[in-house]
Amino acid sequence: MELQEHKFKVIGTRPIRHDGVDKVTGRAKYGADISLPGMLHAKVLRSPHAHARIKSIDVSAALALPGVKAVITGKDLPELPPGSQQMGELVVNPRYLSMNIMARDKVLYDGHAVAAVAATSPHIAEEALKLIKVEYEILPPVLDVRKAMQDDAPILLPELRTSGTPEKSDKPTNIASQVRFARGDLEAGFRAADVIVEREFTTSMVHQGYIEPHNAVAQYNADGHGTIWVSTQGPFSVRELCSHILQMPLGNIKVVPAEIGGGFGGKTTVYLEPLALLLAKKTGRPVKMVMSRAEVLRATGPTSGSYIRCKMGATKEGKITAAQVWMAYEAGAFPGSPVGAGCMTILAPYALENLQIDGFDVVLNKPKTCAYRAPGATNAAFAAETVIDELAEKLGIDPLEFRRRNGAKEGTAQPAGPQFRRIGYIETVEAIMNSEHYRSPLPHVPGKLVGRGVASGFWFNAGFQSTAIVSINSDGTANVVTGSPDIGGTRAACAMIAAEVLGLKAEEVNPVVTDTESIGHTDVTGGSRVTFATGYAVYEAAQDAVRQLKERAATIWKVKPEDVVYQDGVVSCVNNGHEPMTLKQLAGRLARAGGPVTGRAAVNPRGVGPGFATHVVDIAVDPETGKVDILRYTAAQDVGKAVHPSYVEGQIQGGVAQGIGWALNEEYYYDENGIMRNTGFLDYRIPTCLDLPMIETILVEVPNPGHPLGIRGVGEVPIVPPPAAIANALYRAIGVRMTELPMSPAKVAKAVLEKNKAPQ
Amino acid sequence: MKREVTLQVNGEPYTIIVDTRETLLDALRYRLGFMGPKEGCGNGNCGSCTVTLNGAIVDSCLVFAVEADGAEVTTVEGLAVNGQLHPLQRAFIETGALQCGFCTPGFIMSAKALLERNPHPTEQEIRLALSGNLCRCTGYDKIVRAVMAASEALARAA
Amino acid sequence: MHAITYEAPKSLEHALRLLAAAGEKGRVLAGGTDLLIQMRAGVRTPERLIDAKTIPELQVLSFSPHEGLRLGAAVPCYRIVEDPVLCQHYPGLVEAAGLIGSVQIKNRCTVGGNLCNGSPAADTTPALIALGAVCYVASPRGTRTVAVEDFVVSPGRTVLQPDEVLVEFRIPAPPPHTADCYQRFIPRNEMDIAVVGVGAAVTLDGEVCTAARIGLGAVAPTPLFAREASASLVGKPLDDEAIATAAELAQKIARPITDMRGTAEYRLHLVGVLTRRVLKVAAERARAR
Repeated sequence: MELQEHKFKVIGTRPIRHDGVDKVTGRAKYGADISLPGMLHAKVLRSPHAHARIKSIDVSAALALPGVKAVITGKDLPELPPGSQQMGELVVNPRYLSMNIMARDKVLYDGHAVAAVAATSPHIAEEALKLIKVEYEILPPVLDVRKAMQDDAPILLPELRTSGTPEKSDKPTNIASQVRFARGDLEAGFRAADVIVEREFTTSMVHQGYIEPHNAVAQYNADGHGTIWVSTQGPFSVRELCSHILQMPLGNIKVVPAEIGGGFGGKTTVYLEPLALLLAKKTGRPVKMVMSRAEVLRATGPTSGSYIRCKMGATKEGKITAAQVWMAYEAGAFPGSPVGAGCMTILAPYALENLQIDGFDVVLNKPKTCAYRAPGATNAAFAAETVIDELAEKLGIDPLEFRRRNGAKEGTAQPAGPQFRRIGYIETVEAIMNSEHYRSPLPHVPGKLVGRGVASGFWFNAGFQSTAIVSINSDGTANVVTGSPDIGGTRAACAMIAAEVLGLKAEEVNPVVTDTESIGHTDVTGGSRVTFATGYAVYEAAQDAVRQLKERAATIWKVKPEDVVYQDGVVSCVNNGHEPMTLKQLAGRLARAGGPVTGRAAVNPRGVGPGFATHVVDIAVDPETGKVDILRYTAAQDVGKAVHPSYVEGQIQGGVAQGIGWALNEEYYYDENGIMRNTGFLDYRIPTCLDLPMIETILVEVPNPGHPLGIRGVGEVPIVPPPAAIANALYRAIGVRMTELPMSPAKVAKAVLEKNKAPQ
Repeated sequence: MKREVTLQVNGEPYTIIVDTRETLLDALRYRLGFMGPKEGCGNGNCGSCTVTLNGAIVDSCLVFAVEADGAEVTTVEGLAVNGQLHPLQRAFIETGALQCGFCTPGFIMSAKALLERNPHPTEQEIRLALSGNLCRCTGYDKIVRAVMAASEALARAA
Repeated sequence: MHAITYEAPKSLEHALRLLAAAGEKGRVLAGGTDLLIQMRAGVRTPERLIDAKTIPELQVLSFSPHEGLRLGAAVPCYRIVEDPVLCQHYPGLVEAAGLIGSVQIKNRCTVGGNLCNGSPAADTTPALIALGAVCYVASPRGTRTVAVEDFVVSPGRTVLQPDEVLVEFRIPAPPPHTADCYQRFIPRNEMDIAVVGVGAAVTLDGEVCTAARIGLGAVAPTPLFAREASASLVGKPLDDEAIATAAELAQKIARPITDMRGTAEYRLHLVGVLTRRVLKVAAERARAR
């Protein structure tokens, strides 16, 4: 059945989301809301040092405390062989993952787990932690990415060797890997340039900042089977990772996804789950673990801080002739920063003939990074989009016009090689150029310096595997079952896609997110993939159901299935003579016409449609305090086809808000010993309601040719442009290029003071 | 140390035995089963645990359960009457003001306290009143709009 | 959290008895918005909590032109913010109480708790210093008074003995043409702890300043009374020059540290900025009276 966009009846509308009532009445069940009879509570002892050798751990006093049922340390986890594997959006090394969730001979960052205690109450578990005696030999930490790359830097992982180098080295190092993308003739490109801009940028480690802390409830049965209830983006990943870490057969682990209180990439790995399951195995009782906010910040996936050098040249006519980038990303304590993605995204919005991009993945004494919304791309865009802005300024060309002249379109080769299919980058640039916001003058704010900035961003989006089941109920309604946890409204999107195909109303479809034993493999909710890939599976499963419905109608009418037409929820026969049946009528007759109808699909779609965005921001700066107020913000994005526009807008607004936080105030603040000093929302400053204006969105719909409904991922790219857009606005306001994130008030005030002091 | 605490939650009387170090939030959740209030930070920063205590909103993670002896508490579970959603609850789902939903009960409690004191707040007044509640998903845009919509709905109903 | 006991005394006398019996293990619990966090983090470990909120003597809030303001130590900040008499006479104190946190926090936290917590960054403390507030402290030995600027002795520590309770603040009624102001700098617009906070109160006779007090927060181990800076204003018209001089003198006594809230250099800079700003606002307010 072909769906034509102009005929969409459900897609593009704004029905009430199916899980809405549960979430406004307090009924939705998140991981921490789950309790089981006889349940124990477990807490984790964490390293107070950034880098130290564990000489001994004495747990005897903790074990002796009444109410304590088990204590585990690194010794209780199996040793795993080295090696990595691709898992959805992530490359995972189970050995390092295991070492991250529980330290072995060394602790590698402040907050690194050292032991865990299960007890009859959380208070007793906490008191028991104080009774564990750990003897440390403190080692010097390394906290700066460039220092970590130096030959004399303290080494975190003695066995680590750099991969991706032309020549193999056997020297211990903190550089886990290096990568290069190059094409054309760089020198010739720079020779052809009339203007060259080169700058260095640094960005701080930042956290996803989901409001719900990590949690896990585990139960282990005597038959060797375990169940984990957890707020996760990837129940199948949790199953697989636990299977590796605990060396349990995959099929013996069931993961039940609870509602999830935000993830943004940070809940795509495991921290507590294997520990809870191991403690459940040791005690024979269910075990619950919930992190505190400080634990979340100290020990779960932030994204990389980085150092980036970016050089670009352009002609008077405004054509970029060459670009060279050198970038080093903090991986945290174990390899695996998103530097590769940084390299592949940094120049992607532009058609470039001559380029060279070098990237380095570097370990240092900070928590192991995890995915965060367009991982690697925001740091990169901060650098590249600032340089682009400066080139345009030096050439006297409007920054959007400069982008339009160089913008990637269908057929443009990406930095990593492949050509783009139909994309909507230029359309986003033009949408901002034509916006009321960009065309209106900057407001005057008494006592403040005002500025306007623009920037663009790119994110690949992901495909990966998804499974869906669409069952027809006897009253003609349908159930849609998937394995994709719903973070931002994807249940509604999946239900709407099924409703569109089946000719139902959105509310006549019940979307369900189920556990790892009730649906086929489904990769993580991440990479902006759920509405695209799981939506694809739902689309195919609904089509499968339609095919079966047509067969049943054919059986009832004793005609050939190809003579049956299914349109808008009505089956009819081309040979007339038969009264058309509504889905409701047909569904009521299925019991006597071959039984229930269930459509199924499992997909690994290749036609991923990348996401582009262009943003404009107006700011006001207090020249004395350096504080930046966001006056107005507009984001244009190619969203392919907005299934539920409210939640597409919501993704954009949320991404922008995170980008603004990253730009202005968010950072991991370590003291000289490598101890994190801002381990709460008081001093890890995510934007409050008072820090943001309304965030205007422009949904540009350039259908993705790789999806039957034109859908592209939308969730990630909106975080990419804000820091660069704000930096460019700051330049217009104060006349200084800010090259360090966050652009906190102290740095802005200093920049203003120094500029005013400098001879004019 | 255990203590007996008698309190009203959403209009119903309860007597519970609590550990003196237990927060009101934990007592509501794990003694009484009101899972609407959530713990996001445990420090009074995120507002996910917001409930009404004797008519004033508080972060229930910063109140000992024993302090609530004799008190009247309202949680998000107490807002819908006879299965009818409160106008704020309706506005939140109609405007798409939630994504993950974790912070939502706290926002609704804070917004309700605002509208009871100030039925026609400006955008800035709404933002100020909600600044003790953190949301990481929405950028607050649709939350602020939902409160505006609920304010209008309440005015129409009055 | 460690195990604790909890008592809710119904009188000051009862509270003093409980506190005396608890000795070093006791601590008064007011709004709890700092103490609970500290107990959970293991920073403070009192074993016997005595609730201040149930003690009537700590709930006093009254103003008269003769006595001035009596502000009970356990009065929650929302009562201050909503009190029209306070808004009229002590706008700076109201500003400080209003900035202290979210609606949820203001419904619990108290000015007394803000001071007894001993933080150098407490918002209400510079405002109280500017107003010349005096603390009334009770113990089984009787009552003593302490100037607010002398109350905190080091970060987290105050002059209070284990058996003492801060009962109330007394603040003189503002003379004619007197006004106060409090401002702080924070990186966001809400939720943060002051990077620097400055409170000021000035009295004018025509354009001439006849009295001034400046309080500084978050720029030293304890909140400070900027004595010299305050004195420098007296006898002069409150013009830009006088204000700039006072701001420089205020900067001279600041001994800020570098931490996650700001560098020492930036804090020093902000002392100047905020001192100028609050003096200008206080002067404008005083002129309008």
